[in-house]
Amino acid sequence: MDRIPILKMGSALLVTIQVDMQDRLAMALEEDLTTRIAQTGARGVLIDISSLEIVDSFIGRMLDSIAAVSRLLDARTVVVGMRPAVAITLVELGLTLTGVATALDVERGMALLGERIAGAEGFDAGDIL
Amino acid sequence: MASPDQARFAALLAADRDRILAAWIGALKAAGTVGQGRITAMEMETQAREMLGHLVAAIGEAGFDAKAPAYGRLRDGLAEISRTRAMQGFSPSETAAFVFSLKRPLHEAIARAEGLDPAAAAEIGVEASVLVDQFGLLTVEAYQKRREEVIIRQQREIAELSTPVVKLWDGVLALPLIGTLDSERTQVVMENLLQSIVDHSAEIAIIDITGVPTVDTLVAQHLLKTVAAARLMGADCIISGIRPQIAQTMVHLGVELNVVSKATLADAFAVALRRIGRTVVPARPAASAQG
Repeated sequence: MDRIPILKMGSALLVTIQVDMQDRLAMALEEDLTTRIAQTGARGVLIDISSLEIVDSFIGRMLDSIAAVSRLLDARTVVVGMRPAVAITLVELGLTLTGVATALDVERGMALLGERIAGAEGFDAGDIL
Repeated sequence: MASPDQARFAALLAADRDRILAAWIGALKAAGTVGQGRITAMEMETQAREMLGHLVAAIGEAGFDAKAPAYGRLRDGLAEISRTRAMQGFSPSETAAFVFSLKRPLHEAIARAEGLDPAAAAEIGVEASVLVDQFGLLTVEAYQKRREEVIIRQQREIAELSTPVVKLWDGVLALPLIGTLDSERTQVVMENLLQSIVDHSAEIAIIDITGVPTVDTLVAQHLLKTVAAARLMGADCIISGIRPQIAQTMVHLGVELNVVSKATLADAFAVALRRIGRTVVPARPAASAQG
């Protein structure tokens, strides 16, 4: 079965979703990501969904639960590049992902992640990323 | 089914067709609907000829029962003509007159008819009147329907026109809302705003509701949806332009907007500039710059 690659960049993990998310793929991603956070001690997770065109309530819930799990493992989650249609769908489904930080693109997402991690640690963002 | 009298009448009509048509077109011309640049005498004649043909055929087949399948072609034809009339800018009475002006030629044809006894002729006269009335109503209905379609289309266009997204600064968008927010408009507004956020890669969107006359729970919910969708994309929203009376009403209604809100667009813009790390400073007067 296909798996979504997880890249490590500094103390952050980078996930780019470039295929249609099926439920099983989403569950595998959640599992892999959790394992990797624990292994690497990553402090941030950045999920790029700019190529994701179709979402359902399950994918929405998965994003929420990835954020919750990461928070437990002391990592912040930022979702970046959500398409307008996807945003409208999630809102209509009643999933406003209140626990997840969002940004327009990967660049701003990384900057946000840096700030968040620095804010939590009291470090300068440059030290971490 | 057509009774023997009706069948005989239909045959008479078919034979008398050219005279009826001439009288009908004469009446139409006298009414003054032709020759104002909207429709040519030629077109009118073609339409009249076609409709009369359908009518004669239908009477021969089904008598005066306007609901019979035999009248289908006549009904469709008249509906189509009425729709075109509505597009061409005819008034409803002018449109209906097209059918009603057939009444007199039909009665004249009945009077001319030979071989019908007076009682049957009177009966057929009444039936023909009722038939023409029914088709007159049908044309008005088709006309009305077409006009309603036009109104609906215009409403949609107004909704699109009235929701412009303007760029105030690099990364700052404003959405001045004017008019009542219903679900359909909210959808258009939301789509426009989110697309503009992508296009301009804007971090902050200011939704100005100065032009929204009332804010009830439904409107508030629509606003919140838009704000939530923008947040999911990574942009922050500021709501501005809540008028004092509206603010009071909202509090009395228990409507809560859990978003940053400012009294005026200017205040919201100031906040937006601060967020993106810009400040507005007064330009230095030329004299002091030199000194």
